[in-house]
This record gives sequence, structure tokens and C-alpha cells, in this order.
Amino acid sequence: MRLAQHMAVASDKVTAVAIEATEFPEMSHAYRVSAVPKIVINDRVEFEGALPEASFLDAVLRADAPAAS
Amino acid sequence: MPILASRDQDAVRNEFQRIQGPVKLVVFSQELVAGDLCRQNEQLVREVAELDDRISVEVLNPAIDRERAEGYGIDQVPAIVVEGARDYGIRFLGIPSGYEFSNLIDSIIVASSGDAQLSEATKSSLAGLTGDVTIKVFSTPT
Repeated sequence: MRLAQHMAVASDKVTAVAIEATEFPEMSHAYRVSAVPKIVINDRVEFEGALPEASFLDAVLRADAPAAS
Repeated sequence: MPILASRDQDAVRNEFQRIQGPVKLVVFSQELVAGDLCRQNEQLVREVAELDDRISVEVLNPAIDRERAEGYGIDQVPAIVVEGARDYGIRFLGIPSGYEFSNLIDSIIVASSGDAQLSEATKSSLAGLTGDVTIKVFSTPT
């Protein structure tokens, strides 16, 4: 969550939501959370585990890119 | 009984020396939906806020304060919004314990200054975002 919340502060467009998976089982199931941390960006790009800043940013930029037609 | 042991309080107080300005923790509670969790969450937030005068707490009920909850995009409880000079978009769903507790403390510090601890390259890439981006981070207490 650390990188996500700093990105939220850096950009008006970014919202960072930390979700305690065991308290929200339905949401965790819907997002197929099996290992934590699991990061889901715009319900489009997802990964598990901590990433270095540059790789995390890359995932954010991929989630922001227009969908390939 | 307090949730935070006195050594945790000392550690957090020490971290809070880095706070730069006022921070508001907006807590969403709804007794009928998740009473126990909401009470624990509210207690934790109040214990954290008591450690520094610059932190204030507001408690809202999404069933009553509907417009405010919608404005924050909150439709589940317990939840916390961490606001500094403005709402930067930092939310916690569920009680931030374990690893997420450190992130709650860190989010208070970064929201107090509005100064993200990221590389200049990251900041400039983020400035080029074309649409809204929501990052969900799922974790567990341990």
C-alpha cells in the first residue's frame, strides 16, 4: 500500500484503497485473492507481491493506457 | 482496554514528529452492518489521533451521511479516509492492523505534507496519466 498511497498524493487521478481481505471475503473472492499483497489496478492490471517503484509505476501506466482494439 | 500498547504509542509518536500539517481521519461506521469491526476500527483511529494534536477524527455513517459517503466513494464499512490539505484519495477498508497499520501511519505523514516520497521520474510519469486510476491493495493482518 505504501507506493499506492504515495502515488495518490502525487496525482489527483490516483486513488489508493487498502483492503483487509479477511474482512471483505466477497470482494476478495471476486478479485480472486489467493496470495497477498495482491494489487489490482482499474480492475484491469493485477499482480501479487511487492514490486519496486519503477515496476509498480509500469503497472499503473499499463492500466491507464487505452484498451487495445 | 487500549489496542495500542504503550511501546507502540511511543513508536508512532516518534513517527508523527514528521507530520507537517493537519490531517483528518474520516471514519465510516455502521453498527448494523459490522458492529464489532466498526467499533474496533473507530477505537484504533481514536487512539492514533490522540497521539498528535494535528490529527482530527470525524465519524460518519454511510446509511445516514449518504452524500458524504458517496462523495468519498465509500460503500463498505469499516472504512477510513486519510485527508490532508485536501482529499488525496487514500482509503482503508477494514481495520488497518499488522502491516497495514504501518501504512496508515505513513499515509498520515504523507497526507500532512502532500509531498509524495517517489522518484522525480515516477512523479513526472504520473503527471501524464490520462484517466482516473484506482489501485486496490489486498492484504491480511499477518
